[in-house]
Amino acid sequence: MTAPLDVSGASAQVPPEATLAGAGRAVQGRSLTRIAWMRLRRDKVALSGGIVVIFLILVAIFATPIISLFGHDPLEFHQEAIDPNTLLPLGDFGGMSAEYPLGVEPVNGRDIFSRIVAGAGISLLIGFLATMVSVLIGTVMGVIAGYFGGWVDQIIGRIMDVFLAFPLLVFAIALVGVMPNEGFGLEGNGLRIAMLIFIIGFFSWPSIGRIVRGQTLSLREREFVDAARSLGARNGYILFREILPNLMAPILVYATLLIPANILFEAALSFLGVGVNPPTPTWGGMLSEAVRFYTLPHFVIFPGLAIFITVLAFNLFGDGLRDAFDPRAH
Amino acid sequence: MSENEPLLSVHNMEKHFPVTAGLFKRQVGAVKAVDGISFDVFQGETLGLVGESGCGKSTTGRLVTRLLEPTAGKVVFEGRDITHLSQGKLRPLRRDMQMIFQDPYSSLNPRHTVGAIVGAPFRIQGVKTEQGVKKAVQDILELVGLNPEHYNRYPHEFSGGQRQRIGIARTLALKPKLIIADEPVSALDVSIQAQVVNLLEDLQRELDLTYVVIAHDLSVVRHISDRVAVMYLGKIVEVADRKSLYSAPMHPYTNALLSAVPVPDPKARKERERIRLTGDVPSPLNPPPACRFHTRCWKAQEICKQVEPPLEERADGHRVACHFPENAPAAATPAAGDAQV
Repeated sequence: MTAPLDVSGASAQVPPEATLAGAGRAVQGRSLTRIAWMRLRRDKVALSGGIVVIFLILVAIFATPIISLFGHDPLEFHQEAIDPNTLLPLGDFGGMSAEYPLGVEPVNGRDIFSRIVAGAGISLLIGFLATMVSVLIGTVMGVIAGYFGGWVDQIIGRIMDVFLAFPLLVFAIALVGVMPNEGFGLEGNGLRIAMLIFIIGFFSWPSIGRIVRGQTLSLREREFVDAARSLGARNGYILFREILPNLMAPILVYATLLIPANILFEAALSFLGVGVNPPTPTWGGMLSEAVRFYTLPHFVIFPGLAIFITVLAFNLFGDGLRDAFDPRAH
Repeated sequence: MSENEPLLSVHNMEKHFPVTAGLFKRQVGAVKAVDGISFDVFQGETLGLVGESGCGKSTTGRLVTRLLEPTAGKVVFEGRDITHLSQGKLRPLRRDMQMIFQDPYSSLNPRHTVGAIVGAPFRIQGVKTEQGVKKAVQDILELVGLNPEHYNRYPHEFSGGQRQRIGIARTLALKPKLIIADEPVSALDVSIQAQVVNLLEDLQRELDLTYVVIAHDLSVVRHISDRVAVMYLGKIVEVADRKSLYSAPMHPYTNALLSAVPVPDPKARKERERIRLTGDVPSPLNPPPACRFHTRCWKAQEICKQVEPPLEERADGHRVACHFPENAPAAATPAAGDAQV
């Protein structure tokens, strides 16, 4: 059961048995979470993925100061950077210069760097919040199905099947198409973003739900649940104190792997023109505009690269997290 | 047997697990895991419950602690019928009746510290302790031979024997009267088994505990029990005090079990007669009629297939369910047994 541990780290934290007897101070045990963290720290690939994720989050949070320092307003037109005859950017490589580090867009000359930085916020916001929605629904449904079993499990299982079989993309396009401009106290893009979060989150919970259900099913049969029950514990105690702490690791891991999927889905919807409304910069929307200018590869490459790096970083980090929490998975 | 009133009394308890088939979950049969057993446990004694795998011993433990709902019969604890008490009404009684589990790797929540595990009974039962839960837990840890400084450690940092001690500490937290130990040492190394068995005996002396020890290992049961009940296919076939059961077993099945115990002395091993049972244990889905052992019994006769032998007292405190018991005193002849049926 003992995990291969970093010996130097271990000896620093846990004094050898011999010194314990007389020391007379409480020994701090290593929880499974701490052991997983120690394992993760030695996984260079996962760690670099994690660093990129943190970097992206910081970029998203500090988008406004970064843009004002290095670029221009993402919505501002710069006709002086556009050739008035061809409507293409002036200069080589799509107008890359000290003024516009990643060049400008054709026709209206908006700063690509600023738009990518500003788009990070929307991608991550939708990715995170949609994942939170599905984790919340998935955990509740999965735990209930796995713990209570019987017909409850049957019903929730069939609901999951329906959701998994749902033509989500078609549904999303249709729903966003008929959506009003105002509602739920929100309007315009605020409503659109909320709607996207809801749609993506609401339809991707069964994947988490199934994992949670399976784990609950096996945890329920463990003897510590019987032990709690023989002590007179109620269902609430068993669910929240005995079972849920054991589910945190798989939930965290699969949430980390669901975030990039949701980011991709948002990009796909924006690419199809049913995501966030056009003037607001999104990576998917930029890709969609760039398709018309296939002679200018930089216009496609930078938003594409942003999506690629983000998804890759999350996936590497999530895989590392899974290996750290469950080393027997492979 | 300090009192006449038994601490725990089980009457004709049954547990049938339904077997369903088809779309509408029609019941097509039942696994008769426990099929009408009765026994008493008196204050301060240890009752050993032995039998092969699948004979219903663990189910019996779970029925007594009401982790499973009995299909029929009665469980009386301290003179109170608890067979169908609701979990809410059962809660205060659970302080007096605790269970030690078989697998120390599965019975401790890996996410909880030892302090949280051993302190859980106080929290669940809402028991206030004089100097706080932590002090109480540390006292118990010391009592079972663990270092109280290990309060903040996690189960995976302990060996199997130490983990079982943690499990025992948890059952002792509320000072119970009765402890059901379901295979308390079978998951441990042989070298550790003796330590844990001795710990259980010491605790029994110190805390005036009553045990029901469920085990398949006859030597463990012999070491710890005052009385032993032998189970076969959901029935008790023989109950006797330890000495009389091990020296003069009456039921052929008990005889066969005892003859299978390894003998360390090679000379004695050559001399003793080894009874080899043929065939497998019949399925509890469709147990043999009348005496359940007749399919494997070398003494079986026609009557064994037609009349179920009652569990009768054939010697002082020695009860057996067999038409042709061995080692029985002359007074209780098979003929006399038949006449009663």
